[in-house]
This record gives sequence, C-alpha cells and structure tokens, in this order.
Amino acid sequence: MESVLMMNEKDNVAVCLKDGKAGEVVVVERKTDKSTYEITLTNDIPFAHKLALEDVKKGEIIYKYGEVIGRATVDIDKGEWVHTHNVESTRARGDQNVN
Amino acid sequence: MSTKIMAYRRPDGKIGIRNDVVVISAMDNTNPSANRITSLVNGTIPITTPFGRGQIGHDMERTRDALAGLGNHPNVAAVLLLSLSLETAEPIRKRLEASGKPVVTMGLHETGGTMDLTIAGAKEAAKLVMDASRLRREECDMSELVVGVECGGSDATSGLASNPATGSFSDRLVDCGGTIIISEPAEYMGGEHLMAARAVHKEDGDRIVEMVKYFEDIAIDNGVDMRGTNPTLDNIAGGLTTLEEKSLGAIAKGGTRPIQGIVEYGDHPQKKGLVVMHTPSAACESMTGLAAGGCHIIIFSTGIGNTIGATPICPTVKITGNPRTMAKMGENIDVNVSTIITDGESIEDAGSRLWDHVQDVANGTTTCAEVLGEDQLSVSRWGLSV
Repeated sequence: MESVLMMNEKDNVAVCLKDGKAGEVVVVERKTDKSTYEITLTNDIPFAHKLALEDVKKGEIIYKYGEVIGRATVDIDKGEWVHTHNVESTRARGDQNVN
Repeated sequence: MSTKIMAYRRPDGKIGIRNDVVVISAMDNTNPSANRITSLVNGTIPITTPFGRGQIGHDMERTRDALAGLGNHPNVAAVLLLSLSLETAEPIRKRLEASGKPVVTMGLHETGGTMDLTIAGAKEAAKLVMDASRLRREECDMSELVVGVECGGSDATSGLASNPATGSFSDRLVDCGGTIIISEPAEYMGGEHLMAARAVHKEDGDRIVEMVKYFEDIAIDNGVDMRGTNPTLDNIAGGLTTLEEKSLGAIAKGGTRPIQGIVEYGDHPQKKGLVVMHTPSAACESMTGLAAGGCHIIIFSTGIGNTIGATPICPTVKITGNPRTMAKMGENIDVNVSTIITDGESIEDAGSRLWDHVQDVANGTTTCAEVLGEDQLSVSRWGLSV
C-alpha cells in the first residue's frame, strides 16, 4: 500500500499512512482502482492525519469516504495538513447557538 | 469451514460460552459484601451498582432491567443476589426468574450484620460454583451467537482497518444466521442517512435519524461544540477532525447488511441479523448495555488504544489496525489487523482471521481483557436520583 490513501473519488482529502515531512513527495493511492499519483506535502503531517488533495476555499466542504466530514475555516492549499486548525464540524455546534 | 462451537446449553435454551457465577448487589449499600464474597470464592464475579436507591420511574426500571439482564445472561451459570432486605431484592429477583438458572437471594436485614451476610453468601456462592462446574459444553453453532460491535479510542486507522475488518465479520455472522448488535447512535452523526437507508422498516430508519438528532440537540441546547467530548482529545490526536469523520469510520463495524430493528438499552433483540441498540457513546456504558442485552462476545475496535473490556460476563476481543498501538500495547490486543495498512492485507482476509479468533473465544480461548482484569461495569442512568 502506498503512503497516502484516498478513500473515494469524491474526496478532497486523503489519509497519510506514514509520518510525512514538509517538502516530501508522496504517492497517493485511490482505494477504488488502486491507481496512483504524486503530491508534495507543504507541512509535516503525522501518521493517520489528513492531507489536502486540492486547494479548498474557506467555507467549502471537506469530503472523505465520499461524504461530508466538515467545512474549511480558512483557505487550504493542496498538500497541506488538514485538521482541527483549518476544519470545523458541520454538526452539533451548540457554540453557534445565538440566543 | 465449520461454524460449530462447544457451548453450555442453558435452561432457557440459550447457549453460553463462559460459565461464571455472578454475585449481584441490587443497591449501593450491599456492594462491599458482594465484593468480599467474590474475593473469597473463586469463579465468582461481582456486579455492583453505585446507585439502586433514590432512583425513580424509567431510570429505576432501566437499572433494574440491566442488572437482571446481566444475571440472566447465558454466559452466567448461576446468581447470588444481595440486597439490604429481601423486599428490596424482589424487583430484581422477579426479573431473574426468566432464565430458569439457579438464583439464591439474601437480604442483609434477614441475615444479620455484614460479616454474617459475607460468610453466609460465600457459602452459598461456593455451592453455586461447585454445581456450575458439573455442567458440560455440547455442540452448538455460531448462528446462535449474539455479538456486539464496539469501537473506542478511535483514530483514523479505525475507519481504514479495524472497523471494516469487524464489518466483514458482522456480514458473515449475519449471513450464517447470527445476530450483530451495533450501538452508540450519537456516533452515526454525519452518516445517519447511510444507516437509515439500510433499515428494513421505514420507522426504524426514521428512529435512527431521531436518535442522532436527540444527541445533537443536547449539544445545541447546552450551547456547546460537541468537539472535545466527541470526538475526544485522543480521537483528535489520532487524526479524527470531526464527529462526522469519526462516525463514517465507526458505522463500518456494523457491516453492510440490512438493519432488522432497534432495541432500547439492555434489551434483547427479538430478531436475528443486524440490530441497533440505543446507548450512550461512552464505551463502558455502551458495552454494559450490549452485555445486558445478551451479547455473548463484544468485538472492540480500537485505534489509539482503549484497553477496557465489557463486564467479565462478556469476553471482549480487542482488535486494532494501528501498527504503533500493536507495538506499544500488544498485551492488550487480541487481533492485529494493522497488516491492512502496512502489508496491504485485504479487509476480507483480516475479517477471516477475526472470524477464526471469535470462534476460538466462543470455544473457550481467553481474551487479554479477561486475563488482565480490564473490565468495567457501567449501567447508564436515564434520570437523576431524588
């Protein structure tokens, strides 16, 4: 298995199966047909964390497994680490409740 | 491949894969006696509750149902029930009649002091253990098993490896006529439409969506962002960014088969196949509900490493897809499927290894959690005490 796994064709993020370093060129494998392509990491990305497969604008939806997993809180560049610092949940957001 | 297993046939016709005697304390004030008795008598397990008094209504009924459900469990050979008095024992004693197994009930007030109860209880428990040891396993079938699927200490490997491997097992057990129970509906949030679409009955699909909304509304009504509670800080450190992402990985452990029905916390499924149980998302609470509902075994998929097992009644098979967890905490893991990630093992092959291991556990092979005593009972509350 390659070092990055993309679960579904609709996804704009993929999971790193090894610790990755900024500047490293990694091979992304598509789970659906096992085809591969390369991407350059712009950050260090820890094992099991996500990497952006394309540029995502602030407010746009993040897809994994072909489903909505969250929304970008800032612009995210292709190759960047995707996690709680740049993605928010779209569900159970009681903090957004305005009384 | 044979689906035969050797198990105990109980008076109510159900099969059991373990043969312990439980000492149930119906309320907080007889817990010390239950614990003393089980430390004196090998082959006994304490089931205690920090509550049992001051509970009212639905919450009280659910606790009684859960405690009795653990006593009625087919993995249990016999029960010693303790309470402050025979009168206060009665609501649980009555529920224990259902299984037809030996039940001895003792009240502190009728017996004397706590030392009297401890000694008299230990003598009764010893007799129950001796009698249970005369029971023998006979040939049964895996289709008679009810297996709970649980995940905890999840990280991103859970959704890639350990949950899909568990899902492969789930499909196979359902296909051969067995029952799988998946719980924790709050962790379908983000994937509830996928679960609802698989419900055989439309009203169950609607109920799944409603259960998820119930938990979502708790966060919204309390003005909190659920993140930090769910996903937890260890889930987040493990790469899970949002509850939606965690849920989509979590629901994989139930496999792909249709959902036959929904049961309340601790209730027994009335149908075979894949069933949903309404439980909170904390692992110990969920597993206690699964055990009370009759799960023979629980498969517990963990990423970062949640080591806890179900009550000793319900052997818990720990499975991980995280190679680092396997290296660090191998003593707490029964089945290693990190080879899906490191060696490209197929999910089907990993699921097949899990199947063989569960069959072994049903036949008597022990689990890490049983050997190391990694067990915690936690009956969920559904209201406050008065």
